[in-house]
Amino acid sequence: MRKFTFRGGVHPYDGKELTARKPVRVLEAGTELAFLLSQHIGAPAKSIVKKGDRVLEGQMIAEAGGFVSAPVFSSVSGTVKGIEKRRNAAGALCDAIIVTNDFAHEKAPADPLPGMEAYCALQQETASEKSEYNMVTRSAAEALELIRPDEQLKKLEKNQVLERIRKAGIVGMGGAGFPTHVKLSPSDPEKIDFILVNGSECEPYVTCDYRLMCDRPGELIAGLKAVLRLFGSAKGVFCIEDNKPEAVRILTEALAREENIYVAPCRTKYPEGAERSLIKAITSRDVNSRMLPADAGCIVINVSTAFAIFEAVFLGQPLYRRILTISGDAVVNPENFLVPTGVSFAEIAEKAGGFLQMPEKLIAGGPMMGFAQSDFTGVVTKTSSAITAFRYDLVSRYEETACINCGRCVDACPARLVPSHLADMVQKKQMEHFEENYGLECVNCGSCSWSCPAGRPLAALVNQGRQAILAARRKAK
Amino acid sequence: MNQKLQVSASPHTRGMMTTGKIMTMVTAALLPACVMGVLAFGMHALLVLVFSTASAVAAEYCYEKLLHKSITVRDGSAVVTGLLIGMNMPPQIDLWIPCLGSVFAIVVIKQLYGGLGKNFMNPALGARCFLLISFSSRMTTFSEGKGLWKLVTQVPATTDALSGATPLAYLKTGACFDLKALLIGNHMGCIGEVSAAALLAGGLILLAMKVIRIRIPGSYLGCFAILTLITALVRGYDAPLLYTLQQLCAGGLMLGAWFMATDYVTSPITAMGQIVFGCALGFLTWVFRLIGSGTEGVSYSIIFMNLLVPVIERYTRPVAAGMVRQNRENKRLMRQKKREARRLKAGGGKKEKDT
Repeated sequence: MRKFTFRGGVHPYDGKELTARKPVRVLEAGTELAFLLSQHIGAPAKSIVKKGDRVLEGQMIAEAGGFVSAPVFSSVSGTVKGIEKRRNAAGALCDAIIVTNDFAHEKAPADPLPGMEAYCALQQETASEKSEYNMVTRSAAEALELIRPDEQLKKLEKNQVLERIRKAGIVGMGGAGFPTHVKLSPSDPEKIDFILVNGSECEPYVTCDYRLMCDRPGELIAGLKAVLRLFGSAKGVFCIEDNKPEAVRILTEALAREENIYVAPCRTKYPEGAERSLIKAITSRDVNSRMLPADAGCIVINVSTAFAIFEAVFLGQPLYRRILTISGDAVVNPENFLVPTGVSFAEIAEKAGGFLQMPEKLIAGGPMMGFAQSDFTGVVTKTSSAITAFRYDLVSRYEETACINCGRCVDACPARLVPSHLADMVQKKQMEHFEENYGLECVNCGSCSWSCPAGRPLAALVNQGRQAILAARRKAK
Repeated sequence: MNQKLQVSASPHTRGMMTTGKIMTMVTAALLPACVMGVLAFGMHALLVLVFSTASAVAAEYCYEKLLHKSITVRDGSAVVTGLLIGMNMPPQIDLWIPCLGSVFAIVVIKQLYGGLGKNFMNPALGARCFLLISFSSRMTTFSEGKGLWKLVTQVPATTDALSGATPLAYLKTGACFDLKALLIGNHMGCIGEVSAAALLAGGLILLAMKVIRIRIPGSYLGCFAILTLITALVRGYDAPLLYTLQQLCAGGLMLGAWFMATDYVTSPITAMGQIVFGCALGFLTWVFRLIGSGTEGVSYSIIFMNLLVPVIERYTRPVAAGMVRQNRENKRLMRQKKREARRLKAGGGKKEKDT
């Protein structure tokens, strides 16, 4: 079978065996939850509740602050305690609605499509039966039979589909958090010929997407079909790295009779799942920093996003919980959890059995692109795919030595840059040179830092230069 | 939970490769050739290698100690430099000459320009050329082998007939040498250059360990071989293929192509640049060896090309993914601007800003 790949990239230790085979467990929220108003790219959401209000599970507590924005929902029933400043994963302060959990599990009424009763009942049944969140149905075929996505979608207008996605507050759940309804409204929908469902999950230690592909394939297909409904001439492609043969097998079987949806096994390599690398691997099209993927005729959605789209379009359920992997060598029981948003990292770590020893590094996300945390107070947002904790911080133990011009960073860069030279330019503050040498094209994947034998923080330096230029541009405007 | 967490920019993990490991692998890959050299020339050759390596390490240590810099001898680059200098010495050389070469390489070529990664030419080759110019007769007199090969094998008749001449001098006449002797090192030459087979094995080890890429040695040897073959055919030598093969195996070409041209610091970082660099080396070596009056040309070719590395890097900079069209577009716009500026100037109208 042909395997798709791109030029550059590295092979870090992936650590996925720690959690890949563990079923998803439902995590019960604690007494206090914090819902950040800015869980996405774009304008922060605007709070529509006030102190003392009672909210229900799945109730909107903040509305979208503009077109490029998304509403925020409460993941528990309880009382609003107030609005406080909290740190997001990257360490910036932003407003958060604090809700005190009353453990009543009172749900706001969802708005499922007519004809979804059988599926909802089955979901209800499995949910009350056990605390595991794997298969609602035994197979993808069975799920598709219950959902009947083709018939259901025929009944919906395009703008109804888009409206349901917008109302559910769905954002890109792979990490960037770009509002999905904006992504799905390109200027010319007819020019889109590929909807890529990104299941490559190249980030080490993260297995949440893998679990979804193995456990809920039928729902993912239904979610993708909802997206395909919006685009007349698009093909759907599940892009999966070949270190997940089980997911490839399950989806290939489930899609045997589908004409317009394909499974593309990709050669395992970091950063396969980065948007531009993925588009390059599957379609051989190049995307630069001034383009949107839609300009190359592609739209990339994460597997978790596809699942959220399914829930939103078919079940009318907003996005207020997600699957999250907690892993790393400091964690007693690495797990995949279905986590309500707003839960703090400390709570999740506790549910995973705590730490073997105090970790030196706690990362929101995986070790390649995640954000190092200064404490345990971070909260789960729509974009939190993982928490990783390591006993030792490798990076702080490395001593930075002189660049020997070995070119490993050049070979590793998926954007075809010369990272060592760019880093020199940043250090020497030669910003025009930096820009001339395509410094803005960096996707900050970290492959250069990973491969550097001299231990230089190349990605950090290049990113620093990039941010400086972008900030200057914003200022000039 | 009062212990502090470490905060740093991503990525939070690193590959296993370090500069020290790279240098260790290069040293290991050089050892087969050293062993063959010692087998061919005896204990004095071993002493030359030991002295040159030790003096290079000592020079680096003393320099950094005296200037209160952090000591970097542990990264192993001085070992590689010292060993390469020893390998470039005639076997009977007085021991102070390689030591002087090592000190020159480390202090003048490497440290004065800022230490590891900052030197603009290969330190070992710089030292070799310095010694060649300063002590040309000592550096170009090669003694007969006194080592193991002399005892266990019959020296080929060809070398007997041309006592005192290196294979390259012999090849200069257009006649062929003994290929087997060139491969195992049973002939006259520098300590580390005699066994082409051992050097090739070392090069292949580096390739397999992904320390070097095939781009530089491949284009260097390939370009040189093609040009030499054409020359041999044009000049009507007896066995052009064998002649080409012997040109590849003789002299410093194998050592230069696999271990010196591939020196990271003094070769281009871009893939295209490495191929251009290699081809230019092949061409220069061909000019020096077959067109020019001398016999040996590898050292000078590499040093000359070392100086051109910044230029090569500049013109072979890869275009970032998805930027081709934009780049051309930019160039077109620039040309257009220039044309307009020229037109305005020619019109003698208003003063225009420089574009």
